Amino acid sequence: MPLLTRVFIKTGMLCLALALTLGVLLALGITNGLFPAYIHLLVFGWLTQLIFGVIYWMFPKYSTEKPRGSEALGWWTYALLNIGLFMRAVAEPIQATRPNSFSAWALVVSAVLQFLSGALFTVNSWQRVREK
Amino acid sequence: MPRLSVWLVRASFIHLMLGLLCGALILAEKGVPFYAPVWHLFPLHMEFLLIGWLIQLAMGVAFWIVPRFSRGASRGPETLVWLSWALLNAGILSAAFQFWFPVMLVVGRILEVVACILFIVGSWRRIKPHGI
Repeated sequence: MPLLTRVFIKTGMLCLALALTLGVLLALGITNGLFPAYIHLLVFGWLTQLIFGVIYWMFPKYSTEKPRGSEALGWWTYALLNIGLFMRAVAEPIQATRPNSFSAWALVVSAVLQFLSGALFTVNSWQRVREK
Repeated sequence: MPRLSVWLVRASFIHLMLGLLCGALILAEKGVPFYAPVWHLFPLHMEFLLIGWLIQLAMGVAFWIVPRFSRGASRGPETLVWLSWALLNAGILSAAFQFWFPVMLVVGRILEVVACILFIVGSWRRIKPHGI
């Protein structure tokens, strides 16, 4: 299993644990704008990140020289996904309870980063999805 | 990877991009309001990402990797699964028009259910022990 896949999966596992912890807080009635962070840590931080890692590892090879496409694009995907998600998880509850210009613009930056991570993943994986 | 899996997986990548775009616009609107009707994209955000990305990707990978038959059509009744792919994507696109035509949500959901049933029927016998 390549290093990038291991990092994707282990970070995904941390997101899963964090999301389920937020789930406990939500069940205790501590909401404070945490619900969107809970859902996105589960679906984007865990499920999608796990899928990104496994696709990078197991999908058909891009070429003999570069079997997994661009490793750099893979790392950029990882970085943008997690920085964007972390910014969101911090800024969104703040914006919901004590809105300020920092949390507001952090959400905008987070939105851009998360979209770009998906775009880079798609660009890097598209050519690996092909007939044998 | 068989041709049908290529179509399912690439379509799932396109839905990933559409879903992330809708989500990014909504998240940015939460931070720095710029166009309130962006919130109407919320149902599409969920439709594109849950059905179009996660479920369709799972279908594509399942069609590729679950056990094949040693005799006859190796991946079973492929036509059913092609039809499933077409109806699933038609269903998602129909649901995307729900803002203008609310009935299209029901039409889309019915198409998605039929697509799901066709996929199950087309794949059922492939969930089997090795060597059959």
